[in-house]
Amino acid sequence: MTAQPTPILALDRVTKTFGHGPGAVHAARSISFSLHAGRALALVGESGSGKTTCARMAMREYMPTEGKILFRGEPVDGASPAETVLYRRAVQMIFQDPFASLNPAHTIAYHLKRPLLLHRPDIKRSEIDATVRALLQQVKLDPDLVAPKYPHELSGGQRQRVNIARALAAKPEVIVADEPTSMLDVSVRLGVLNLLSEMKQQMKLGLLYITHDIATARYVAEDIAVMYAGQIVEWGNVGKVIDNPAHPYTKLLLSAVPDPDIRFDDPSVRLRPEDVEEIRRKSAMTQDRIVEVDTDHFVRTA
Amino acid sequence: MTAPLLSVKNLTIDYIGEEKDFRAVDNVSFDVAPGEVFGLAGESGCGKSTIAFAISRLHKPPALIRRESTILLNGRNVLDLDDKALRDFRWREVAMVFQSAMNSLNPVLRIEQQFYDVLKTHKGMSRAQARDRTAEMLKLVDIAPDRMRDYPHQFSGGMRQRIVIAICLALDPRLVVMDEPTTALDVVVQREILQRINELRRTLGFAVLFITHDLGLMVQFCDRIGIMLAGKLVEQNTAEAIYGSPQHDYTKQLWTSFPSLHGGVLL
Amino acid sequence: MKTQPFGLIRNRKALVGVAIIAFILIVAIAAPLLTPYDPGARVGRPHQAPSFAHWLGTTRIGQDVFTRLIYGARTSLAVGFGAGLLITIVGTALGILAGYRGGKVDEVISFFTNMVLVVPNLPLLLVLAAFIGQASPWVIALILGGTSWAWGARVTRAETLSVKQKDYVKSAEMMGEPRWRIMTFEIFPNLISIVGINFIGSVIFAIITQATLEFLGLGDPKVVSWGTMLYAAQKASALSVGAWWDILTPCFALAFLGIGLSLLNFAVDEIANPRLRTGNRLGRWSALIRSGEGRL
Repeated sequence: MTAQPTPILALDRVTKTFGHGPGAVHAARSISFSLHAGRALALVGESGSGKTTCARMAMREYMPTEGKILFRGEPVDGASPAETVLYRRAVQMIFQDPFASLNPAHTIAYHLKRPLLLHRPDIKRSEIDATVRALLQQVKLDPDLVAPKYPHELSGGQRQRVNIARALAAKPEVIVADEPTSMLDVSVRLGVLNLLSEMKQQMKLGLLYITHDIATARYVAEDIAVMYAGQIVEWGNVGKVIDNPAHPYTKLLLSAVPDPDIRFDDPSVRLRPEDVEEIRRKSAMTQDRIVEVDTDHFVRTA
Repeated sequence: MTAPLLSVKNLTIDYIGEEKDFRAVDNVSFDVAPGEVFGLAGESGCGKSTIAFAISRLHKPPALIRRESTILLNGRNVLDLDDKALRDFRWREVAMVFQSAMNSLNPVLRIEQQFYDVLKTHKGMSRAQARDRTAEMLKLVDIAPDRMRDYPHQFSGGMRQRIVIAICLALDPRLVVMDEPTTALDVVVQREILQRINELRRTLGFAVLFITHDLGLMVQFCDRIGIMLAGKLVEQNTAEAIYGSPQHDYTKQLWTSFPSLHGGVLL
Repeated sequence: MKTQPFGLIRNRKALVGVAIIAFILIVAIAAPLLTPYDPGARVGRPHQAPSFAHWLGTTRIGQDVFTRLIYGARTSLAVGFGAGLLITIVGTALGILAGYRGGKVDEVISFFTNMVLVVPNLPLLLVLAAFIGQASPWVIALILGGTSWAWGARVTRAETLSVKQKDYVKSAEMMGEPRWRIMTFEIFPNLISIVGINFIGSVIFAIITQATLEFLGLGDPKVVSWGTMLYAAQKASALSVGAWWDILTPCFALAFLGIGLSLLNFAVDEIANPRLRTGNRLGRWSALIRSGEGRL
C-alpha cells in the first residue's frame, strides 16, 4: 500500500486451494495485503469470495498453499513454539455470530479471565478481577451488571462488546473482525463499529474488517480491498476506490448498494441480467496485470 | 379512491404464556392498495413477521389473535375463513415468501414437480398444462425453462429464491407477502431479484407486503412504508415522506443507523 | 446452563423420581435402625408369612425378608451407582477424546469402541462371570464397567463432534488454550445433559444386570443383595410352595428403583430437549380460545 513503516501483518501472494484435481476450490488466489498500526483495512466481498478464508489464514487456522504470511516482517511458517504463542497473543479474532462465540456454560468474567491468564503474565493474580472490570468499562458495559452473567442473559450487541473486550484483553496488535455486525440489530451496529474504531485508534491496532456491506467499509476503514472469486480485484484508499471505481465488479457492487435517492422504477439504474452475468464471468477469470489508477488506488485487469 | 386490497384493522396478537402474556402486535392498522408495494420496517422482535404470519393464518399455539382484530382481503375477513376456504385462499389470493424460502424447496423433488404440486392442487392442471405454466413462470424470473427438471441443490441460493418466487406467482395471487426475502443474499442478487419483482408487479398487478429492516432498500422499492417498534406501528407514510421528513423519533434514529456510501449516515 | 437445575426442580417427573431414589437410599443407609435382625441370621421359622414380628415374612432358612431387603438395597445401590459411574467415566472420556482429537486417536478409539459394541453384552457377562465362579458384587461391578461403556462413548463422541464446530471452541483454540483444557472446560460442560442421561441409564442397566447375573447363580450367595434374594427364593421354589413374599419382595424393589431412575431419566431428557415436553402448557391459551377472546 502506501509507503509506511513495516506492516504488523502482511499477506504476500498467498494462495489457498482446498482439495485437488478438477474439483479443487481456489478459495484465495495470490492475495496480498498489509495491516498497519492504527489503520483499518476493509476486505469487502460477497459470500464465497474468499474473504473468510483470508481471515482464517491470518488467524493461522489454515496454512497457505503458496505464498507467505509475514508478522512484523518475518515469515510465520518457520515459527518456533514460543513465536507461535506470541502470534496467538498478538492477533485476535472477533467472530460474526455473537450467539455462538461465547460458551454458554461460563460467565462473562470467566471469558475475560482466560486471555488474561494465558497471555498477560504482567498482571498479578490479585489484579485480575480489577482488570476484568476495566476491560468491560472500556467497551462501555457496566461490570457489576455484566460480569457475573451468562451469555444467554445478554443481548446480541452486548455479547459482541464482550467479544471485543475479550480480544483486547490479550493486548493484541492486530484484530481480525469477521462480519462483526451482520448478525446484530440495525440500531446497535454503528455503536459496535464506533467502538472498534476507537479501540483501533487508542491502542494503535491494525484492524482487518471483513464485510459484505461496502457502505460500512467507508465508515470504519481507511483502506479497502474488494474481493471476488478468490482474487482482490481492486484496492487502495477507501474514498478513492468508492468514489472512482475502476474494476467492473466494483462498479457493479456499488451500483447495487441500496440508495434511497434512487427508485427502482428509474430505468437508468436498471441492472440487466446479461450484463451482470458477463461481469461475473470476466471477474472470476485470473487477472494478473495490475494497473495503478491513482496514488494508492490499484486495479487488476486481464 | 379504490377499495384497499388488504385492510388490517386493530390487529393485536399475544403469545400466551403459563403466567404472563407477551404482546407481539399492538393494535396495528394499515391498508395496502391493489398493485402497491407496502413496506413494514423494524428490527428483530418488533412484530413485523408476526403480522405476516397472521395474514396467511400460519400461527400456531400459543399465539392468539385478539377478537377485535380484522384482516380484510378483498373485503373478506381472513380470520373468519374455515379450513376449506382457507385452502382456496392460500396461494391463490395470498402467497408468502420467507427469508429461508430457498431452503423450503423439497430437496428430493425436481423443480417441475414442485410447481406441479401447487398447480394441480389449486387449479387442477394436467402435467402438460403445468409444464407450460412452469416454463412461463421461470422465464419471468430469469431462469432458463429447460432447467425445470433439475433439483434444488443444483441452483445457487439466489436462484432458489427466484424459483420460490416463481412458484408463488404461478397462481396469479393478488398479494405477495415477502418476509426478509433477500436478507441472506448478496447485495447484487438482492438488487436483481427485487428489480424483477418491481417490474412484475407493474405488469401483473399484484401487491407486495415487503418486510425488512433495511430502510434504504425500502425507500427504493416501496410506495408506502410503516415503521414498527415493539409491536406498535409508530409511523406510516409514503416512501418519500419517510425519507424526506420522518416524524417519529424512532424513525429518525433508524435512519442514523445506516452508513452512506459517500461518508456519514444516510440521513 | 445455569437454569438447568431449576428446571429439574419444577419438573414433576424429576421430583417423583428423586423422591423414590432418595427414599430407597435413606432406608438402605438407616438399615440397622429399622430392623433388629441380622440379615444372614436364622431368626424365625422357615417360610413364615408376613406378621408383626417379620413384616415381610421369612425365607426358606428362616431369615427375615425385610431385613435382607433393606440390607440388600445397600449392595444393589452400591454396585449400581458404582458400575454406572465407571461406565460413564470411561465412555465420556473416550468419547470426548475421540471426538475432539480426531485423526489417529479417533480411529483407534472408534475401532475399539465398535468392537466392544458389537460383542453381545449379556452373553459376555455370563461367560466372564461363570469363568470367575462366584463373583462378588465388586467383581460384577468391574465387569459391567469394563464392557458396557461403548454406547455412551459413541453418543458422547457424536455430540463432541458437533460442539467442536462451534465458534466458542474455535475462539478458545485461537486464544491458545491447551487441548486438555478445551476438552475439560469448554466442551465437557456443554455435554452435561448427555452425560447425565448416560449415567442414569448406566445405573439402571447395572442394577438390572447385576440382579440378573446373581439370579442365574453367578453371584456370591453369601452376599445379601436383591439378586441373591431372587436366586435363593427361586432355589427354594418359593412361589410353588406359596411363599410369595420371598420372591416378590426383591422383584418389586427392583421395579420400584427402576421406575424412580427412569422417571429421572425422562426428566433430564426433557430438560435437555424442550421439544419432548409433554403436559398441558396451553391451559390458559385453550381457555382464552374457548371464551372467544381470540383465535389462531
